[in-house]
Amino acid sequence: MSRYANNPQAIRNLIRPTEVHRDVYIDQEVFELEMKHLFANTWVFVGHESQTPNKGDYFTTEIGTQPVIMVRHSDNEIYVLHNRCPHKGTKIAIDRTGNTGKFFRCPYHAWSFKTNGCLLAIPLRKGYKDTGLEESESVHGMAPVGAVKNYRGFIFARLNKEGPDFESFFGESLSSFDNMVDRSPEGRLEVAGPPLRYMHRCNWKMLVENQTDTCHPMVAHESSAGTAIDLWEKMDKPEGTKKPMAMEVIAPFMSPYEFFENMGIRTWPNGHGHTGVHHSIHSDYSAIPGYYEQMVEAYGEERAKAILGENRHNTVYFPNIMIKGPIQQLRLFTPIAADKTLVESYIYRLVGAPDMLLERTAMYNRMINAPTSMVGHDDLEMYERAQEGLHSDGLEWVNVQRLYQEGENFDEIAVENGTTERQMRNQFHAWEKYMTMTMEGDA
Amino acid sequence: MKAPTRDDLIDFVYEEARMLDDGRFDEWLDLWTHDSYYWMPLDYNQEDAKHVTSLLHEDAFMRKLRVERFKGERTFSQKPKTRCHHVLNRPFIDHMDEEKGEYVTHTAFHYVETRLDDQILLAATARHELKLIDGKLKITHKRVDLLNSDAAFGNIQMFL
Repeated sequence: MSRYANNPQAIRNLIRPTEVHRDVYIDQEVFELEMKHLFANTWVFVGHESQTPNKGDYFTTEIGTQPVIMVRHSDNEIYVLHNRCPHKGTKIAIDRTGNTGKFFRCPYHAWSFKTNGCLLAIPLRKGYKDTGLEESESVHGMAPVGAVKNYRGFIFARLNKEGPDFESFFGESLSSFDNMVDRSPEGRLEVAGPPLRYMHRCNWKMLVENQTDTCHPMVAHESSAGTAIDLWEKMDKPEGTKKPMAMEVIAPFMSPYEFFENMGIRTWPNGHGHTGVHHSIHSDYSAIPGYYEQMVEAYGEERAKAILGENRHNTVYFPNIMIKGPIQQLRLFTPIAADKTLVESYIYRLVGAPDMLLERTAMYNRMINAPTSMVGHDDLEMYERAQEGLHSDGLEWVNVQRLYQEGENFDEIAVENGTTERQMRNQFHAWEKYMTMTMEGDA
Repeated sequence: MKAPTRDDLIDFVYEEARMLDDGRFDEWLDLWTHDSYYWMPLDYNQEDAKHVTSLLHEDAFMRKLRVERFKGERTFSQKPKTRCHHVLNRPFIDHMDEEKGEYVTHTAFHYVETRLDDQILLAATARHELKLIDGKLKITHKRVDLLNSDAAFGNIQMFL
């Protein structure tokens, strides 16, 4: 029985100003509608241009649940194509990365395609003579996604041909990407190695919400960060011993509520937002020798100070990524089912900056976001308990009420107390908008 | 122990795994030198532990932290506790330098980790670098390569 398809009012009824219905997390039909509407109407992160540096280089990934290939064409532009042969549906590439030369060749019947997707050749083509192949979908080759944008090296795609343009969808939120890239003295990032891949048995939105949930670190991470602080304090060491890099990374997770209240949250239209407006858990890392001088050389003192003085914590780009500018990390929350999400955590090298920065970035990634990471274990335990708990019929609604103000307008940029759940409400406001934008059925 | 025999080295590797299976973590921590590292690469044939992501690259402090966290009252991902089980192939002795007291072993093994209704099986290879210090073998470096290190995992909470 379909309850939500072509019923935008039923979708809207799931979102109230201060609470959301559990079906947004546990209902498989809602999930499928998210894939059909939300992930097709919005701009979704695909990859970084440095993953395909040469012509013919490709990278396979998913937009929502849609398999796609990101590939560098002979014109040096990056294309994003559906990973499906127009003939029988075979995936054209299944390795995660590779170089295909000047064309893709389907391994099943050797139909071949230019790296922009256009059909190049079909073996024994005369067999299609006078069959009307020109009228078929297949003749166009591998289907491109609706639209692609390369923003400072980061590739985004919109599945639908029509929809919001990139600039109006992201607006001023792109300042977080700018800050991350500007931290390279050359203004350029390069992906550093493969991503961590961590499977979560929970809904993808739990992960996105957690990125701006500032009331959980001192509770859920007491076991890891709290224990680290205890151990460090009890350790026999000479007075004034400098905290090791690992302690600088993990200790701020135990910062008190006031720290998070004062750090601030900024929300932008269309579901984007970030924590750490004034300071963040990344503000007090030790300076890396030589880096500041490189930045001053590249940008001048005033601009270098402005770039390095911006220490945003987590920036959520709706629907499904988070970036950390100060440590050059991007986390992609790929939905697989209502109760299954793949989390991939990428790190990037600041081209031209000292290697020690990358060392800290790689350390952060493995310490906080690996399937072997204690902090990761703390979080996943909470998500999976929530995913199971939501099946309880005792209550049907999830509360997102903290610091709610009557008449909140999410089309305006706002800066609020860092413990507000406004950014979660902002995401659900955008969720409702992009879920129903292309849905038929309104009277 | 003066110079360890091949059997001593092999016994050491088996005993280390048994400590983990038995949950004798404090004893296990004592097997390591103070400046040793436990490394689990993320990528097949990974050479650099520090400038690309690893699954684990843990010094003495981080290993101790993991063990102390296991014991914590508010360690919710360890309520109930995880248990693990190693099945080891006989270790190869790849290197013996009696003069320096340095030894390298190579061990294929299967690892099972369980908690609640979940159980995972991992195939892995361990490379132990050992050193004889004050008559005792100590680990200076342990590298664990998962056969499927690039796969998407759920939680892996214990040491392999």
